[in-house]
Amino acid sequence: MKILVVDDFSTMRRIIKNLLRDLGFTNTQEADDGSTALPMLQSGDFDFLVTDWNMPGMTGIELLKHVREDDRLKDLPVLMVTAEAKRDQIVAAAQAGVNGYVVKPFTAAVLKEKIEKIFERVDG
Amino acid sequence: MAALEQDDSSSEFEKLFAEKAKELLERLENNDVAGAVGLIQDLQKVRDESLYQEIGHLTRALHESIKNFKLDGGGQGNDIDEAHEGLAYVVEMTAKAANKTMDKVEESLPLAEDIASESSEIQQEWKRFLNKEMQPAEFRELTKRINGFLDKTSSNTRKLNSNLNDILLAQDFQDLTGQVIQKVTSMVTDVESRLVNLVSMAGHVDQMTGIQHEEADTPEDEVDPNKGEGPQIKAEEKENVAANQDDVDDLLSSLGF
Repeated sequence: MKILVVDDFSTMRRIIKNLLRDLGFTNTQEADDGSTALPMLQSGDFDFLVTDWNMPGMTGIELLKHVREDDRLKDLPVLMVTAEAKRDQIVAAAQAGVNGYVVKPFTAAVLKEKIEKIFERVDG
Repeated sequence: MAALEQDDSSSEFEKLFAEKAKELLERLENNDVAGAVGLIQDLQKVRDESLYQEIGHLTRALHESIKNFKLDGGGQGNDIDEAHEGLAYVVEMTAKAANKTMDKVEESLPLAEDIASESSEIQQEWKRFLNKEMQPAEFRELTKRINGFLDKTSSNTRKLNSNLNDILLAQDFQDLTGQVIQKVTSMVTDVESRLVNLVSMAGHVDQMTGIQHEEADTPEDEVDPNKGEGPQIKAEEKENVAANQDDVDDLLSSLGF
């Protein structure tokens, strides 16, 4: 399972990578915004995308929309991990086709639950 | 303070204005048109003088404020620059603390895992020994293993202890960043009160010149829905904001998630 973690703060990327490792996902790569992430996704064989929303350059929601528009990426499971908590934003993310939404600050248990739920749904 | 003088002069002006208006009315009632016209001219003069004075005050206060903000170049000791630097320091300190903490945690996890896995293996062996299922040769192996385990445990736990202490110390950023943030906050409050002062002075000038400002057009900030807003402060008090993960989950499940 190859996972791309996108966040503009390196500490948050590190936290998420550590939590993922604890869940048994060791093959992770990082990008610091959507515009670096998108080419990585397009040229790499990623199975899962974890992205923040608020980033300079391309934001997470824009990245999600680009992913859903891309024929080869449109089925990629995407988990949003973000401080953005407005109801409109959550609805917008759902409409854009997000698979899970975790608000910061979050716990390891929440991240685990959402990831498991996504794979249950994808596999099932 | 310039603000106080200005208040005095403006109330003086108002008093004079009221007096002269009364006198004007009296003279008109007595058909003293020439006197009335003279009075109007006097009033005009007083107003002009007060106005010049007010504008003088305003200009001086503006200069003072600019000097106090230390915005007029010179390169050093600029309040705004200081705030920028202070907040950059906060970002740097918090990042450093987070990285230091994660370094130490990443260093500690394998040590703890090591103890956990080795002790559970030894436990299995120990059970076999207690159940008298162990050959003497195997037991000799086990004692060696236990010996090694004890050595390793004591060095691992020493390292764990020191890592935990380092993690504790890495939290000192809270004190330092807290002080910087408090300083920036008080600077912002200071700037705000000076601006309010300037606005109220400008208000007096408006009053004397009879200038009416149209309500400034403040179009609702067009927010790009793609742009994030960052963390919501006081999320619990805002209706359009999900206060926590449960709220998010409820909202998503109402959308059929």
